[in-house]
Amino acid sequence: MVKKLFTGNKATAYGAMLARAQVVAAYPITPQTTIVERIADLVAEGKMKAKYVMVESEHSAMAASIAASNTGARAFTATSSHGLALMHEVLMWAAGARTPVVLVNVNRAMGPPWSVYADHQDAMSERDSGVIQFWAENNQEIMDSVIMAYKVAENKDVLLPAMVNQDAFFLSHTSEPVDVPDQEIVDQYLPPFETTVKLDVDDPKGFGSFIMPPQYMEFRGHMARSMDKAREVIKKADKEWEELTGRSYGGMMDMYKCEDAEFILFGAGTMMSTAKDVVDTLRKEGRKVGIARLRVFRPFPVDEIRYLADRAHAIGVLDRTFTFGYGGPLFNETNSQMYNHGKSPKTKNYIVGVGGRDVRQKHFRAIFDDLEKVAKEGYGKEGEVHWWGLLDGTTPEEEL
Amino acid sequence: MELPPRRNFEEVNDMAKLTIPEDELMRPGHMGCLGCGATQAMRFVLKAAGRKTILSIPACCWAVMPGVWPNTCLEVPELYTPFETTGASISGIKAALEVLGKDDVNVIGFAGDGGTADIGLQALSGVADRNDDVLYIMYDNEAYMNTGIQRSGSTPIGAWTTTTPVGTTQAWEKSPKKSVADIMIAHRIPYVATASAAYPEDLIRKVNKALSIKGTKFIQIFAPCPTGWKMDPGLTVKIGKEAISSRAFSLYEVEGGAIKINMKPKKTPLKEYLFKQGRFKHMPDYLINELESDLDSKWEELLFKEECSQKMLKKK
Repeated sequence: MVKKLFTGNKATAYGAMLARAQVVAAYPITPQTTIVERIADLVAEGKMKAKYVMVESEHSAMAASIAASNTGARAFTATSSHGLALMHEVLMWAAGARTPVVLVNVNRAMGPPWSVYADHQDAMSERDSGVIQFWAENNQEIMDSVIMAYKVAENKDVLLPAMVNQDAFFLSHTSEPVDVPDQEIVDQYLPPFETTVKLDVDDPKGFGSFIMPPQYMEFRGHMARSMDKAREVIKKADKEWEELTGRSYGGMMDMYKCEDAEFILFGAGTMMSTAKDVVDTLRKEGRKVGIARLRVFRPFPVDEIRYLADRAHAIGVLDRTFTFGYGGPLFNETNSQMYNHGKSPKTKNYIVGVGGRDVRQKHFRAIFDDLEKVAKEGYGKEGEVHWWGLLDGTTPEEEL
Repeated sequence: MELPPRRNFEEVNDMAKLTIPEDELMRPGHMGCLGCGATQAMRFVLKAAGRKTILSIPACCWAVMPGVWPNTCLEVPELYTPFETTGASISGIKAALEVLGKDDVNVIGFAGDGGTADIGLQALSGVADRNDDVLYIMYDNEAYMNTGIQRSGSTPIGAWTTTTPVGTTQAWEKSPKKSVADIMIAHRIPYVATASAAYPEDLIRKVNKALSIKGTKFIQIFAPCPTGWKMDPGLTVKIGKEAISSRAFSLYEVEGGAIKINMKPKKTPLKEYLFKQGRFKHMPDYLINELESDLDSKWEELLFKEECSQKMLKKK
C-alpha cells in the first residue's frame, strides 16, 4: 500500500483502474474533466487495460456504457450536474436494464445562473432512477467507493448501476493523502465481472424488448426488491473492505458520536467533516451532540434513521439543495422514515451551502444552538425549513 | 412453434443459382403491417450478416415488430435502446467485444429514419467521427411510422403525414427530404451506400461489402410503408422499384470519396410513383413538376459526381 497525494478526480481515475473497468465512455464537463484526462493518460500509458470511447455527450456516455455492460464488460463513466441531467433518461435505462455500470458524479450546481460549484441537486434529482448512490466525504472514500460500488452493483442479488458522489472542487480539485491499495488486494476483493445474461451470438436473446401491462410491474417490483437487498450487500461489502484495508465507511451510514447524542445533524458530503470537528469542540464543552453523515442515499438508510430517532431529542437535517416544493430531499426522506416508527423527535431542515457557499464551523455551532432552541421552544419565525444565511437584509450575524 | 418446412435447396442447386443466402434469421411471426418494407430490409440484412451478429435497435417499428416480450422473431441477439442512442450503443457493444477479445462478431445498428435523421443524428455523428468498426443501417420509411405517421426529417416534399395535414390548410410537408447519406459522406467514413428492399441482391451485396470493411459504415435502405404511405400493400416491391426509376430515390455507394451509381434505369414519370400512394394524392400538378425538376437536377448532380469520381480514381 502506497500513500499518494491525490485530488478527488485522480482518486476516481485510479479507482476505476484498480477496479479493472474495461470500457470507459465519458464526456468532459467541469469539474469532472480531470477524471477523463487522467483516465485517457492511464489508458494511453497502458496502465489501464480499457477501451476509452470518446463520446459526443453524456447521454451517449451512459448509452455506450449500458451497451458495453450488456455485452459483458465492466463499464465506467463520470459526469457532473448538467451532464447527469442529460443522462437522466439513460440512467433510468441502465437501472431497468439491470446493468451494473458505475459512474462518478462530481456534485455541482444546476444552472441558471451558471455555477460550477458544489451543490447536491444534480444527484438528488436522480433519486427515483433506480441507481444506487454512494456519497463520499474525502478522496480516500471516493477511490474505495468506486471499487466497492462494483462489488455491490455486480452482486447477483442487486444488479443495478451505482453512482459515487463527490463535492465539486472541495474534493475534485483538492489534494489529500490517499492510500492506494495494491492491485492484488483489489483483485481479491473484486473478482472479474461475469454474467450469463448478455448479448451472445451463441445464445441469442433480446434485451429490453416491448412488454405488456401484465408483466411490466414484475420487472419494476424485482428492481425494488433488489434495491432493498442492496442494503445488506453494502454492509457486507463495507465489512469485507475493512478486513482487507482497515477502512470502513459505516455501511449504510457514517455515524459520528451518535450513540448518546441528544442533538444530531444529518447531512451529506464534505461539509460534514467540518461538522465533525465542531462536534469534538462541543463535546469538550459537555454538549451531547453527534453527526450522521449520508453514506448511501439510494437505497435509503431507513434503519439508521430510526436508530437516530430512538436517541435524539432533535435532528437537524442539512440539505445542500432544495426540492422546490417543500423542504430538502434529505429532510423529507428523514421525516418519512420516522412517521411510522413510533418515535419521532423534532426535526428541522437547514438549507446550507447551496451553489458552493462555505459552511463554516461557526455555522454548525449556531445550527446546534438553534436546534436545541427548537427542541425546547418550538420553531421560530423561519419555521421548520430554514434557508440558512440567505441574504435578505435581516440575516442574523451568526448565519453570515 | 412449428416452423414451415424448408425447401431442400441442395437438391435444386443444379437448376437454380441462389443469389440470396438461404439461412433464415427472421422467423415468421413478426408484428409488422401487411407489405412492410422494413421487414424485408431486416430479413435481407440478416441473411447477409449471418448469425455472428449483434443488433442494436432504438425506438422504431423494429422495436416492436420482433414480438412482445418474451417472444422475438429474430435469431440474433438484440439490444433495445432509447431512441437517440443507436450510434453510442453500437460503439459500446463494439468496445466491449474488443476488450473481451471477440473480433468475429458484426455489430449492426438498425434504426428508422426519424431515429437517424432527427433525434439520433448526434450519436450517429459521434460514432462516425470515432470511426468505430460498426455498421449503421437506417431503414427509411420517410416518417415516424411506429408512433403513427408523423413527419420526420426524411419525409419528402408534398407528403401528407398526421403532422403535415392536407385539406383547406394545405399544410403538407414543405421541406425537402434530408439527405443523411450526404451527411455521412461528409464524415469521410470508409463506406456509405443507399439500398432498397426492392432490390435484395444489391442490398445484400452492400451489406456484405460494408461488413468486410473496417471502420464505420452507413447504409440507408429505402423501405416502403403501406400503412403510412396509404398504398396497396401488394405494391411494396413495385413502388420500391418505381422510386428508383422516377429518381425519387437513388441507389449508389461511396467508397474512399468516390461515388458509384448502382442503377440507372429508364426514367419513369414521377406522377406515376406518387399517385400510387395516398400520401401524395393531393399534390397539384405545379408542385409535382417542381419536385420532378428538382429530383432531375439532383440526379444530374449525382451523375456529375460519379464522373468526377471516375476521373479521381484514374488519377490515383
